[in-house]
Amino acid sequence: MTLWQIILLASVLVLGIKVLGYLVPPRVLEAPRAARTAELTTVALLSALVVVQTVGDGQGVVVDARLAALGVAAALFALRVPFILVIVAAAATAAGLRALGWG
Amino acid sequence: MATEMERRSAWRASWAVGLAVSAYGVSFGALAVASGLDIWQACVLSLVMFSGGSQFAIIGVLATGGVAAGPAAIAGATLLGLRNGLYAIRVSPIIGPGWAKRLLAGHFTIDESTAVATAQSSLGAQRLGFWATGAIIYVGWNLMTLLGAILGDLLGDVRQFGLDAAAGAAFLGLVWPRLRARQPIAVAVGAAVVAVVLLPVLPQGFPVLIAALVAVVVGVSNMFAPRERVRGSLR
Repeated sequence: MTLWQIILLASVLVLGIKVLGYLVPPRVLEAPRAARTAELTTVALLSALVVVQTVGDGQGVVVDARLAALGVAAALFALRVPFILVIVAAAATAAGLRALGWG
Repeated sequence: MATEMERRSAWRASWAVGLAVSAYGVSFGALAVASGLDIWQACVLSLVMFSGGSQFAIIGVLATGGVAAGPAAIAGATLLGLRNGLYAIRVSPIIGPGWAKRLLAGHFTIDESTAVATAQSSLGAQRLGFWATGAIIYVGWNLMTLLGAILGDLLGDVRQFGLDAAAGAAFLGLVWPRLRARQPIAVAVGAAVVAVVLLPVLPQGFPVLIAALVAVVVGVSNMFAPRERVRGSLR
């Protein structure tokens, strides 16, 4: 597979799911098990992605400035700081630590 | 019909959410280029896929696994995109009939447009909130992706600017508002543990996919359910 094929196939699949949703009758969401599992799948994927982006290093685990940045982000989200400011603070934390020669 | 005040409030919410999310497109563009994509590939993801979580997921896997991790990258992005299908089912009565309108609405169906729409109290304000938020983010996210990709190309090593750490923080920001009950918190913790254990032993992309099984197990069995619901089902 080329990079372009990967990008186009994934894009069409993600867009297709959105459009398909409009063909499904809304009463489907009344089945609690399906709705609950779908919502929890999002939570599980996002949570796993936090981990992979924060300590992942190819096929391996490494602790570096990203973990400190995530700690700062968690504290700021808990304080209800707006999304974009939290992202900037997290990036600044990692950049600052690396400028000091750590991580 | 929506009152003038309801409309104005939906309009304000659309702009507040829209501008904040759009600004963040800069990070996506820069990170996409750092992950090995060219500027046009980064832009196609924002134009066609148009779903932040899936976009970050695919470049995250490609960054470390390369083209060889393509199937896992596609699967991860698609699984994360499943929630948009649920949003579509939920907002479809708000959009109303007409296939062209529904097709465009499909493209605009993301976390933020759904959240703003469903937070409004009248149908008119819900409709306004959905279209305004979707359109503002579509335009803003794509412009900022292009800007970020060009900047990323110029900056070179984005680690120096902490942009790799921004991706983890962004995913945390997406999952944070969903952690208001025992069940999602249990799933989030379980999935994180599974991911960190599997990271050293499985190829790129697979730890995330297998962590998703935690949700299937908890969702189907309804473990850690809210107490009222358990009592209700026993009756």
